[in-house]
Amino acid sequence: MADLVSHPDEIKVVSKRFGQGAADIDRYLALDGYKAAQKALPMTPDAIINEVKTSGLRGRGGAGFPTGMKWSFVPKDSPKQKYILCNGDESEPGTCKDRLILEHDPHSVIEGVMIAGLAVNAESGYIYIRGEYRYLSIIMQKAIKDAYARGFLGKNIFGSGKKFDVYWHGGAGAYEVGEESALMESLEGKRGIPRIKPPFPAVVGLWGSPTVINNVETLASAPHIILDGAQKFADYGTPKNGGVRLFCLSGHVNKPGVYELPLGYSLKKMIYEVGGGIPGGKKIKAVVPGGSSTPVLTADEIDIAMDFDGVAKAGSMLGSGGVVVIDESTCMVRFAQYIMKFYQHESCGWCIPCREGTDWLKKTLDRFHAGGGVKKDINNIQYLAENMMGRTFCPLGDAAAMPTISIVTKFRKEFEDHLEGRPCPYDPVGSVRLLPVLSH
Amino acid sequence: MTFSPEFEQRFTEMLTHYPSKRSVLVPTLLYAQDEVGYLSDEAITEIAQRLQLTELDVRNVISYYSMLTTKPRGKYNVQVCTNIACILRGADDLWEHCQKKFGLRHKQTTPDGQFSIEEVECIGACSWAPAMQVNYDFHENLTKDKFDTILDGYKKKA
Ligand SMILES: Cc1cc2nc3c(=O)[nH]c(=O)nc-3n(C[C@H](O)[C@H](O)[C@H](O)COP(=O)(O)O)c2cc1C
Ligand code: FES
Repeated sequence: MADLVSHPDEIKVVSKRFGQGAADIDRYLALDGYKAAQKALPMTPDAIINEVKTSGLRGRGGAGFPTGMKWSFVPKDSPKQKYILCNGDESEPGTCKDRLILEHDPHSVIEGVMIAGLAVNAESGYIYIRGEYRYLSIIMQKAIKDAYARGFLGKNIFGSGKKFDVYWHGGAGAYEVGEESALMESLEGKRGIPRIKPPFPAVVGLWGSPTVINNVETLASAPHIILDGAQKFADYGTPKNGGVRLFCLSGHVNKPGVYELPLGYSLKKMIYEVGGGIPGGKKIKAVVPGGSSTPVLTADEIDIAMDFDGVAKAGSMLGSGGVVVIDESTCMVRFAQYIMKFYQHESCGWCIPCREGTDWLKKTLDRFHAGGGVKKDINNIQYLAENMMGRTFCPLGDAAAMPTISIVTKFRKEFEDHLEGRPCPYDPVGSVRLLPVLSH
Repeated sequence: MTFSPEFEQRFTEMLTHYPSKRSVLVPTLLYAQDEVGYLSDEAITEIAQRLQLTELDVRNVISYYSMLTTKPRGKYNVQVCTNIACILRGADDLWEHCQKKFGLRHKQTTPDGQFSIEEVECIGACSWAPAMQVNYDFHENLTKDKFDTILDGYKKKA
């Protein structure tokens, strides 16, 4: 399926079995597969959690929450069943890495789920895969079946007397379902409406039971940490930002692709050396550093270290690892418009600031880009987005507002260039298509 | 209403995966739709009965998920991504081309029922943009020519 790429600066950890046929269980075993789970079996839950804490692993799903700490929140004395939930909804625009893990190394995800299970005394785990990824769901079903057949899963895993079950689950198209509590609703067979927090999933999750929810890549990192040593993983990255991660380079770069680079790698180098620079030798206008919901950086802001703290210092987020490069010929109003089209489509409609906010922003941006904007729209766009921040039921509202605020403040001049009935000065062809939305 | 033996086998097995019956609903709806072509009234009644849910409950869930549909669509559903990474690499031209080629708009179907087209959000192929899915198959690094060749392949199968 999707092409694999390589660059000398890569440190292949999670991607080390890509292209090696490791979806086959024998091949996986030959490549050190299931050794980490067996190593973790005799360890105490605290010992596993401490290893993960030492590794500095932070969530690869978007928020970057320290994984060891998340696992430690599960109440030890709860008499309830506990669950591990693997988030393979991968829908954040710009992100296409979990797909590669599920395709090339599905057993590492199963093994990661097992290790998380051992760390919190859970006896079952679910791997949720978005509905569009049907071929990956088929690969995963086979991998699970093979692991059961070998006695790696089931009532007596690796002959240890311990029980652990892993199941697959499929979605049917919804970005919001990637949000952790909405994912649980979806898995319970309902509309993916987020739940109020607290209580957090670690205490009240799937079917009211304590649940650890992690991204595919986070869980796939766990076996490497257990097997190769937490410190080794930590040392790849920077302090408090352990390890390596998959960066999905897309947009205006010569060599787009998914590259595994150490945390703290320079964004500029990532674009110009790993990504081979901008097609046609054009200049960069902006970069989305971590998926469409993260604030865009201008060309002057890309000399930064790509770890959670480095990107936060630059006023944005490392997010899901989706690095989208935008060249100088792109209209930023149009870019904002396409971002908002997505969030308006994906807003679940449950809370008003998000449902109405995304809809009004989309309508305003559509009209604005087509040349029907007035000066006060610019402030209104900013004001509307700012008022969504922190006022929605789940972070989807913030995800829509953050990039919008960054674009309207950093590229205000481009908005002004569209005023007084002028169609888009950067994209006269594209804007003609939008003319029917003009309402004045 | 009858489904295929594979459907039944999967359904029976999935029921053992969860502490609540209802949990099988979303994947089951998608698999049912794959067999029938869409979620017909009959299919909805059947699934609601099996899971002891009201039809309204089932319809509520259907309306939430973008892949689920209660209207028939083409045997081949052409889904062109027009999200940011694809747009930066020419997805709007591609979508325009797709509409012209079929003489259809978003979510419309050809009169012979073979093709429908749809503009979709990010399908996880951003590094190989622009991209589309025809049913569940991914097609990536598209150009208009490549698009035509791929679609001609489906036309031969249709
Ligand atoms: C609207 C929304 C969509 C999200 N989509 C995803 C997703 O597709 N995949 C994912 O792993 N996390 C997604 N997240 C983040 C999850 O809520 C959750 O934080 C994450 O799965 C936790 O795993 P981690 O700690 O390993 O990152 C989303 C969050 C929000 C608010
Ligand atoms: S933006 Fe088109 S596949 Fe992600």
